[in-house]
Amino acid sequence: MEVLLTALTIGLANGLIIALIAIGYTLVYGILELINFAHGDVFMLGTAFTFFALNFITDSLGLDPRSGTALLATFLALPFIMLGCAAINATIERLAYRPLRNAPRLAPLISAIGMSFVLLNIGLILLGPSQRAVAPVMPKEPVISFPSGEEWIGTEHLIVAGVTIPLLLLLRWFVANTRQGKSMRATAQDREAAGLMGIDVNRTISLTFLIAGALAGAAGLIVALYYGQTNFNFGFQFGLLSFTAAVLGGIGNLTGATLGAIVIGLVMAMSDRFLEARWTSVIVFSILILVLVFRPTGLLAEKQSERA
Amino acid sequence: MTAAVSSRRPSIPNPMSGMERKRRDTVIVIGLILLAVLYPLAFRFLQQNLGFVPWPDTAVLIQCCVFGILALGLNIVMGFAGLLDLGYVAFYAIGAYTTAFLASPHFGIHISWWIVVWIAVGAAAVFGILLGAPTLKLRGDYLAIVTLGFGEIVPIIFRNLGDFTLALPAILGGLVLIGPNANLTGGNIGINPIDPPTLPIPGPWGPQIVFSNQQPTFSLYLVVALLCLTFFICMRLRDSKLGRAWMAIREDETAAAAMGINTVTSKLLAFSLGASFSGFAGAFTGAYQTAIFAESFRFQTSILIVVMIILGGIGSLRGVVIGAFAVQYVNLTFLAWAAQFVNPPLNTLGRAIQDLPVFGTLIGGLLADFNLVNYNFLIFGLILAVMMVKRPEGLFPVETARAEMHGVGISAELTGGSADELALAEEEVIEAIDEHAVPAAFAADTPPDVIEERDLPEDTR
Repeated sequence: MEVLLTALTIGLANGLIIALIAIGYTLVYGILELINFAHGDVFMLGTAFTFFALNFITDSLGLDPRSGTALLATFLALPFIMLGCAAINATIERLAYRPLRNAPRLAPLISAIGMSFVLLNIGLILLGPSQRAVAPVMPKEPVISFPSGEEWIGTEHLIVAGVTIPLLLLLRWFVANTRQGKSMRATAQDREAAGLMGIDVNRTISLTFLIAGALAGAAGLIVALYYGQTNFNFGFQFGLLSFTAAVLGGIGNLTGATLGAIVIGLVMAMSDRFLEARWTSVIVFSILILVLVFRPTGLLAEKQSERA
Repeated sequence: MTAAVSSRRPSIPNPMSGMERKRRDTVIVIGLILLAVLYPLAFRFLQQNLGFVPWPDTAVLIQCCVFGILALGLNIVMGFAGLLDLGYVAFYAIGAYTTAFLASPHFGIHISWWIVVWIAVGAAAVFGILLGAPTLKLRGDYLAIVTLGFGEIVPIIFRNLGDFTLALPAILGGLVLIGPNANLTGGNIGINPIDPPTLPIPGPWGPQIVFSNQQPTFSLYLVVALLCLTFFICMRLRDSKLGRAWMAIREDETAAAAMGINTVTSKLLAFSLGASFSGFAGAFTGAYQTAIFAESFRFQTSILIVVMIILGGIGSLRGVVIGAFAVQYVNLTFLAWAAQFVNPPLNTLGRAIQDLPVFGTLIGGLLADFNLVNYNFLIFGLILAVMMVKRPEGLFPVETARAEMHGVGISAELTGGSADELALAEEEVIEAIDEHAVPAAFAADTPPDVIEERDLPEDTR
């Protein structure tokens, strides 16, 4: 029972992180019907920026990585990392996707794969070919423990939840309630009609990529802190996980992406715990294939039936 | 290569174009054979006398040919049938592992490679059908992701099956069905050695010819023969009824189905034929290297093959072969050669500005360690993106792809396309119709019933 509850905590933390990335896929897919292949790599650059920011904080500023000040400084870097990733994502859209908006469907996808490779290579150059340990600023103290003394929920889980949940809620509010969010929804529904109604479609699409990139940056920071490491191929690994989550929830659907991410996070945690970690990705990718084959509209199918 | 002129306007296909295309294809095949026969002889001479050019050695040429086969196979799926397969390397792995299982001391089975290669081809084709049958109804980008997932699963499974235990859960008694710690695939270490193909012809090289990396010249002859065979099959496929059906599906699946083409069977055939060529290449690679590792069949390799096709010209046979040679040459020989000229000045510059504040450390540090060879994925990624934006039909395009890629489809009228473009599109429809004896005028005059978004002028979006 304790094992199950611990796996539940880990799964939820995984799921919340994946949700941040998955929402990036789903936002872009909703508006352009494009699988932004480079999104995972934008996230990977987020982890790389975090790695360098932490190096700066601990080496150049000389803060003790385990002190509260270092953690505070890291979270002061969060807006900059988000901004950096947002800028990269929007630049990619401008250079590689916008010229192809009228091209056959697969053209922007191939272009996206190309950009993914470019970013992957940049990550490889910045981080090197092997894993890099991130300074241990994430406090890992037990908060709630079982009677037996085993940890159930730790501070790191609370911090993950404390960053991801407000961001997810903020995004929901933004899309549902603001004027910009409304124009995003309108563009997603019918780009031409939105253009005819006076919405600046190009600007809206850029904004979508900015938001998706910013969320990927935040996810990058959280992942680097939570897992304590970064690697140039994190983008591919987490990207595919998140894409699976987005598809599972019904791509284009924000609630679905969050829900799908949590399901995937839980499945991963259970598989890690009760099977073997090396089989986890096989299980997740099998879910991806099965969902796409049998229910391409995802768990929460919403106005998507004609798209699949 | 006169078709590669930069004119963006598609020309009216003249009646000779089919024959001209065949002539150009034959030139490629003859060129390949000549290359294989003469190059190993000329290599030393070229290197000694024209050493300022980075001549690829035989091993690199063999890699070029292997990827030529892979690119031709993927071209059937991507170029002819228009299905994006991002996990193509999985079938390559399946072919290689089949060879390794049936011709190595790993299981103690030693079947002659000349038989095993066809088993490997069959195995890859079967997996192609197994993956394709449930997934081919999916739309293009979803199919791409499914194949990507499959391409990731296969190498992981091959790696994990090196050490696994299949047992019932503890609740059901925990009976061990396979294992414990069964080794099916060699895990991370892979399978080594594998029997190379041999021919019992004695000569100065020994009692028999061994097509392995010990005797690269003979291996080159073999792989060029395999490549020519692949090329010939692809040529015949392209001009066959099936090939025209694929192209009709690629242009417009609904219209193709309406013309009486069985789209499911045609797509499945494309998928399994494409997969079987990948298995073919895998069988050669496994036997030639006499060793295989799960790690060498990763996603990056699949994308590398996509780069070859996009660069050479999607659907163009000579294009993808040239693309494969170009990409592998750049990857294996040219970058390392160019690095010796590019690296030192940049490294010196990097060290010079390393002491400047803020950006000096960052950029200087990067430049100080700059090595061109590490930037290969960046180059190939840029090739993909730039080709898609600037020249989606590739460097050696087929005429129809050029028209299609620039947004000319059946609804050329709506895009403001010229009469030539419309005629071009119509001709393809008629071509498909001929096959099924439907009155040509019926389909050709049918107005487009769906106006797709991409067909609308840009300023409305």
